[in-house]
Amino acid sequence: MASEHIVSSFDEELNELKNKVSEMGGLAEAQLVNALEAMQRRDTELATRTIEADARVDEMEREIDAFVVQLLALRQPMASDLREIIVALKISSDLERIADYATNVAKRTVTLAQSPQVRPAHAIPRMVRLALSMIYEVLDSYSDRDTQKAIAVWRRDEELDEMYISLFRELLTYMMEDARSISSCTHLLFIAKNIERVGDHATNIAESIYYLVEGRPLLQSRPKGGDEEYDRVEAPPSQ
Amino acid sequence: MDENIAEAIEAAPAAATSDAVVAETFRVKMTTRNVNVHYAEKHALRDVTLDIGEREVTALIGPSGCGKSTYLRCLNRMNDTIDICRVTGRLELDGQDIYDDSVDVVQLRASIGMVFQKPNPFPKSIFDNVAYGPRVHGLVSDRADLDRLVEQSLRKAGLFDEVKDRLGDPGTSLSGGQQQRLCIARAIAVGPEVILMDEPCSSLDPIATARIEELIDELRQNYTIVIVTHSMQQAARVSQKTAFFHLGDLIEQGETPRIFTNPRDEKTQGYITGRFG
Repeated sequence: MASEHIVSSFDEELNELKNKVSEMGGLAEAQLVNALEAMQRRDTELATRTIEADARVDEMEREIDAFVVQLLALRQPMASDLREIIVALKISSDLERIADYATNVAKRTVTLAQSPQVRPAHAIPRMVRLALSMIYEVLDSYSDRDTQKAIAVWRRDEELDEMYISLFRELLTYMMEDARSISSCTHLLFIAKNIERVGDHATNIAESIYYLVEGRPLLQSRPKGGDEEYDRVEAPPSQ
Repeated sequence: MDENIAEAIEAAPAAATSDAVVAETFRVKMTTRNVNVHYAEKHALRDVTLDIGEREVTALIGPSGCGKSTYLRCLNRMNDTIDICRVTGRLELDGQDIYDDSVDVVQLRASIGMVFQKPNPFPKSIFDNVAYGPRVHGLVSDRADLDRLVEQSLRKAGLFDEVKDRLGDPGTSLSGGQQQRLCIARAIAVGPEVILMDEPCSSLDPIATARIEELIDELRQNYTIVIVTHSMQQAARVSQKTAFFHLGDLIEQGETPRIFTNPRDEKTQGYITGRFG
């Protein structure tokens, strides 16, 4: 903010809110990093710790909620202050969802570790890394109030959608080839879907940041990968 | 499908559209162009151009000394009473130049009533406070007529039920909030089209303030209202349009929801969020 409030304690509170959101963003990001690592190493212990750590993210969301309600009631914010506070509320709810998806990936990792590894599993870390870089950059753009960076994240979701669609096809083919892999592949499919959803929440955050800075919604239509592209994959003729 | 339902569905959008058309009709009640005010050497208001919409509430906000009250007082020529004050520019009510030589200022102030910061009832009975204007302007033919008009005005000001049994009591015996509503009834009694309010709630407690705000919202059905207020929350609550003044300039004007969520000018932003501007 270019200039400061006459009442400086309001500035301190707004800063505290911003820091809380950034901290929560860091936590959600760490959850996804740990979920990825647990999955790659088939590390059930790390996966379990990740699942347990989700409680801390939920707690932060409740903290931010309460703080926002307090600020609205006591400060009656206007204009950019109002947007700052509303956007913090929205972003924290997106971050909570992102952490939930990380937890879900960790839970499925625990189950997956009990069966032999299936080949398409290798494509998942690539998806997670892309989703992670989106989160990392969108949090950066929140700290810097950088709408250009936010828009760049918003556009990159297309890539993630396309990766999901291609993984979806690969998994279907794989399941048809080997019925014993259906259980593992289904878990992978859900994991992939979760990661794809993480990307959607990152784009929500990007939109919130745009609104925060510009005061109007980001109305351009977002390029979407993989819409209506869930083609049927035919089973190979039985031999 | 049942034919009645089908008809109802067909009819519904048409009804909705006509409603929208009514709601969107915006008619300008007062036009002000390039209004400048000098108090002797001091240039208090610079080139203010603003339209006041009919049957809506326009709030004027800004820090002390920004010219908002000066502007308000131009709208019914209250500044005429100050010798050193010079007003230039064009101000119109329904297309009529209100500073034209042919304009009867007393009549003008009946059409454009004013309510002040401190309630200022006459030292007379509640009844006479309201009856004074209609008597002076010869608006009533007999006592029954006058009784009706006084009751009607007090009702419109939301005060009648509270005072109907003591209309002979002095106006000054009422509470601050009631006195302010009495002053509004007094303004209404002479049949104004526009009501100017200069910080009408600044000496009232929150309950009395809420009553006045509720009243403003009701009066908007029949009157054009311009209100000067130091409370931005009040401007946000009662007005449809907001104009922000700063050091004698009109900085920004627009729909109230936009001004308070997304002001375009940095000075407006600074003022409404409580920053150094």
